[in-house]
Amino acid sequence: MRGMPAIVVKGLVKKFGKVVAVDGISFEVKEGEIFAFLGPNGAGKTTTIKMLTTLLHPTDGMMKVNGFDPVSQMDDVRRSFGIVFQDPSLDDDLTAEENMHFHAVLYGVKKDIREKRIHDLLRFVELEERKDDLVKKFSGGMKRRLEIARGLIHHPKILFLDEPTLGLDPQTRNSMWEHVSKLRKSEGMTVFFTTHYMEEAARIADRVAIIDHGKILKVGTVDELKRQTKAKSLEDAFLKLTGRVIREEQSTSLERMRTMRKGWGR
Amino acid sequence: MMDPLQVMWLRQVKKYWRSKPRMIGSLGQPILFLVAFGFGFGHIYAKAGGGNYLQFLAPGIIAMSILFTAMFTGIELIWDRRFGFLKETLVAPVSRSQLVLGRTLGGATVAVAQGIVVCIISVLVGFRPEHLELLPLALVFMFLIAFLFTALGTAIASRMEDMQAFPLIINFLIMPLFFLSGALFPLTGAPKGLDVVMRLNPLSYGVDGLRGALTGTADFGFRLDLLVLVGVTIVVFIIEKQLFSKVEV
Repeated sequence: MRGMPAIVVKGLVKKFGKVVAVDGISFEVKEGEIFAFLGPNGAGKTTTIKMLTTLLHPTDGMMKVNGFDPVSQMDDVRRSFGIVFQDPSLDDDLTAEENMHFHAVLYGVKKDIREKRIHDLLRFVELEERKDDLVKKFSGGMKRRLEIARGLIHHPKILFLDEPTLGLDPQTRNSMWEHVSKLRKSEGMTVFFTTHYMEEAARIADRVAIIDHGKILKVGTVDELKRQTKAKSLEDAFLKLTGRVIREEQSTSLERMRTMRKGWGR
Repeated sequence: MMDPLQVMWLRQVKKYWRSKPRMIGSLGQPILFLVAFGFGFGHIYAKAGGGNYLQFLAPGIIAMSILFTAMFTGIELIWDRRFGFLKETLVAPVSRSQLVLGRTLGGATVAVAQGIVVCIISVLVGFRPEHLELLPLALVFMFLIAFLFTALGTAIASRMEDMQAFPLIINFLIMPLFFLSGALFPLTGAPKGLDVVMRLNPLSYGVDGLRGALTGTADFGFRLDLLVLVGVTIVVFIIEKQLFSKVEV
C-alpha cells in the first residue's frame, strides 16, 4: 500500500427535492485498500456510489477519485474505475464475449491487447467455455462473474462493487471474493464495496464505514469498530449503531418491472 | 479499429439479426397492406384513370415499414434502461452524443434493411421499379426516413420509463403520419385542409422522394424532398441529443 488516497470525499451532499439522501459525508479510501460501505436500506450507499462514479451530480461537497473530480473530469474518472452495479447491467441478447468486447471498445482498449484480455478474464472467472453462449442462458452467479470480468477489462485502479453478492449462493460468493482478493494482490487495485452480509465485510474489508440516514456513523477497521461499540461481532456493532428498526425501501419501478419480466418468463 | 460508435451500431444490428420472429413479424403488416390495398383498390384506381395502383402504393408501403420499424426502435432504450444495460454505457468514457448517434444509426440501419426486404416483396407481387439508375437515390430517401424517425422514437423514449405506454404513444403518432403522407393516395386533388396537413408532414416528402426515385413521379421534386427531410432530420436529431443527455439512471 502506497498510502495515497484513492478516494477522497469531503462534505458530500445529495438532495432529491426535499429528501436528503446523503447528508455531508466525508471519508478517505487508501490506494490498494478494500473498503466496505455498510448501512441499512435507504442509508445512501448507492447514491454515494452513483456520485463517485459520475452517474449523479452532488448537490454540494468535494470528491476526488484517483485524483480526478467526478463532476469536472468525468472521462478521466470513468477510465479509472470499474463497476459492478447492484442490478444486472449485461445485455442478455449478446454472448458473454460480445458483452466483454462491447465494454473493451467503449473504454478504448487497443485492439492488439483486447482479445487476450477478454480471453484471460473469462478464464479467470471460469466462463471461458461459455463465451459464445447468450447471457440470457446464464445463472445469476455466472452473470455476476461476467460483470466482474467485464469491469476489469480496462485495468481499473478502483473497483466499485454495489452489493455484488446479493442473491448468490455461498459457493459463488466465496469464489467471487477469492477473485477480488487475488486481483487486489496482483494489481494493487482498490476495492470499494457495499453489502448487507456483515460477516463478509468483516472477513474481506481492511476498513469499514457505517452509514445511516445519509450520515457516516463510524469509520475504522473491524476491530476498532467492535472495540468502540463494545460489540462481539461486526453485525452487533452495526445493529448497535443503526438500531433494530426495519427499514422499508420504496419499491422502485425497476423492481416492479423485474417481477413482471419474471411473469413473462423472459 | 473499432470505435464506440461502431460497436453501438453493431450491437443493434446483431440483436435484430438474431431476433427472427421480430424480423418476420414486422413484415406481416406491410404484406397485408400491399395485398389488401394493392389488389383491393387496384381496379378502382385504374378505372379512375390513375393507372397501376401497385406502382403507386409500393413506395408508400416501403416507407411505412421503415417508419414503423424506426419509431419502435425507441423501445430498445426503455428496455436498456429497465434491464440495466443503459448504465453500462452511461458510465463509460464515451460522450452522450456518440452514444446517441450510434444508437440512432443502428436503428436506422435496421429500418432500412426492413425497407429493402419490403421492396423485394413488392417486386415479387408485381411492383416494377422504373428507373434502376435511381436506386441509390431511393436508398438515400429510405435512410433519411429511417434516421429521422429512429431519432424521433428514441427522443420520445428518453423521456419515458413506461414500457406499456410507449407503444400506445407511438401508434398514436405513426397512424396519422402514415395515413396523411401520400403513401396510400396522391396529394394532388386532396381537399384543401387535408392538403395542408399532408404538406406539413415530413413523411410526405420521404414518400414523395422514394416514389420519385422508384417510379419517376415526384410531386414536390427531389430537391424540395431532400431539403425538407434533411432539415427536419437535423432538428429532430438535435432534440434527441438534448433529451438523451438528460437521461439519468
